[in-house]
Amino acid sequence: MNLRAVAAIYNFEMARTFRTIGQSIASPVISTVLYFVVFGSAIGSRINNIEGISYGAFIVPGLIMLTVLSQSVSNASFGIYFPRFTGTIYELLSAPISFVEVLMGYVGAAASKSLIIGLIILATSSFFVPLEVRHPFWMLTFLVLTCLSFSLLGFIIGIWADGFEKLQLIPLLIITPLAFLGGSFYSIRMLPGIWRQISLANPVVYLISGFRWSFYEQADVSLGISLAMILIFLMLGLVVVYWIFRTGYRLRN
Amino acid sequence: MTPPDKTPALEIRGLEKTYQNGFQALKTVDLTIQTGEIFALLGPNGAGKTTLINAVCGIVRPSAGQIQVCGFDHVTHYRNTRDLIGLVPQEITTDAFETVWNTVRFSRGLFGKPRNDAYIETLLKRLSLWDKKDNQLRMLSGGMKRRVMIAKALSHEPQVLFLDEPTAGVDVTLRSSMWDQVRELRETGVTIILTTHYIEEAEEMADRIGVINHGELILTENKKSLMKKLGKKELVIDLAQPLTELPASLAGKPIQLLQDGQQLVYTYDTLQENNGVAELMDELKTQHIRFKDISTQQSSLEEIFVQLVGQA
Ligand SMILES: Nc1ncnc2c1ncn2[C@@H]1O[C@H](COP(=O)(O)OP(=O)(O)OP(=O)(O)O)[C@@H](O)[C@H]1O
Ligand SMILES: [Mg+2]
Repeated sequence: MNLRAVAAIYNFEMARTFRTIGQSIASPVISTVLYFVVFGSAIGSRINNIEGISYGAFIVPGLIMLTVLSQSVSNASFGIYFPRFTGTIYELLSAPISFVEVLMGYVGAAASKSLIIGLIILATSSFFVPLEVRHPFWMLTFLVLTCLSFSLLGFIIGIWADGFEKLQLIPLLIITPLAFLGGSFYSIRMLPGIWRQISLANPVVYLISGFRWSFYEQADVSLGISLAMILIFLMLGLVVVYWIFRTGYRLRN
Repeated sequence: MTPPDKTPALEIRGLEKTYQNGFQALKTVDLTIQTGEIFALLGPNGAGKTTLINAVCGIVRPSAGQIQVCGFDHVTHYRNTRDLIGLVPQEITTDAFETVWNTVRFSRGLFGKPRNDAYIETLLKRLSLWDKKDNQLRMLSGGMKRRVMIAKALSHEPQVLFLDEPTAGVDVTLRSSMWDQVRELRETGVTIILTTHYIEEAEEMADRIGVINHGELILTENKKSLMKKLGKKELVIDLAQPLTELPASLAGKPIQLLQDGQQLVYTYDTLQENNGVAELMDELKTQHIRFKDISTQQSSLEEIFVQLVGQA
């Protein structure tokens, strides 16, 4: 294992993040504040508590997930796509590293960035609503696993994409709708029967449910299922990545 | 010259490459390069030079064949082979917003070498980049970027260095200082494989020359013996009095009357047993043709190259 290479890639990517620290952090923070103003204060004041939790507090876990999902995908996909686009990938291909090390560097950096952003949103939220995190360990576990598995997904997209349009396509067409419909702003128990069944096919439901449970001990599905789902998702990502690694897909011609 | 048991720096056997679109860029290339050699790979645009280099460096997947670098197989021992290799690619590609210092340090880390700021400092100074070390790459000129690519390739102290047209776009002074550095590297035992379209460069630098055309290595030769073997020599005789026409006794020989009859040019093959120069001199004497001056010139590598590639 060439750990120095992993560190080099990781630091390089993190340096890129910190170079644009303003944009990296400002935009998620601003959109969170907007969500709070609109949903938490304006609309939320007219909504009853959801199972004993004020609406403003209820949406915090969902909001964090919403941002973390899209940030993970876009950071990781951009991180690996960019060297392919500019041609600097030649150096990765000619270095004494395996695909695993490339993966660790890029996915690690993308996940770290999303984790940081998630925590910043959590801190921002605490200015608007009284927050309690009943199970900090599970909260962090869910957050880290989500950051990792969606960064992995982003990495796969970054390798598959052969243009900037494709890079935007999946986040726009799949991730954002799934995250919105995954119960960020409502409990799927509030949905009528059939829609509730359909929602259960949405993997994001399990992430948000488990994550929300770690805050308020309140979940749409059981903790075990949530955890199992995210691990399955992570494994799927690893399988695809392994296949890419075996075939050199889109990397070596 | 080299002891027989010495492992070559590079050994290529039956290398083939067919790209995904079905284009065969390399057709069964065999090539051995000894440690410490400077090898120049020449060939017209699209001949397959970059493909060959990229196959050795791990950027292109060969369709068939074996590659060994210092005795290590480039698939089963890719970490060893890539560790030994440094590559300056033909295309300049840079992370525009990185600084020179950071990008070179990154390369060293990527190749798994411990941090060594003193070494990178010497490297940047030697490449006249030290005063630019904190500049972002987008602020550099084209030739400077090329030198950053060289610094990146040398950052992990490679034993085999590939230079794919390293001097394209580099000014004359820097180019010659670059070649001095290449020679210095060779002094430390580094093997150098380069491509260039400036044939006089290859002529000046290389120990051995390979010519590739349409994906085939049509020739590999020691430069000196190549020039000798293929080189035609010309004997130029400046006459004391101009001639109106060639004397009949000289007609039919490879000899021409040039410069309004003031010059005789005799072309001969250096490899021939009897090059005919002595007979020519005798003949001039019997014909009472007197001359002011006499000189010989050998054809350049460029002429040899054009001739070779033209034939194929
Ligand atoms: N990715 C690719 N897919 C298909 N064909 C390719 C690819 N890369 C190169 N080729 C073809 O392979 C041939 C050899 O290309 P290569 O880049 O090795 O040439 P070269 O000798 O380096 O030329 P130059 O002097 O212009 O750099 C060319 O005909 C080129 O069009
Ligand atoms: Mg080329």
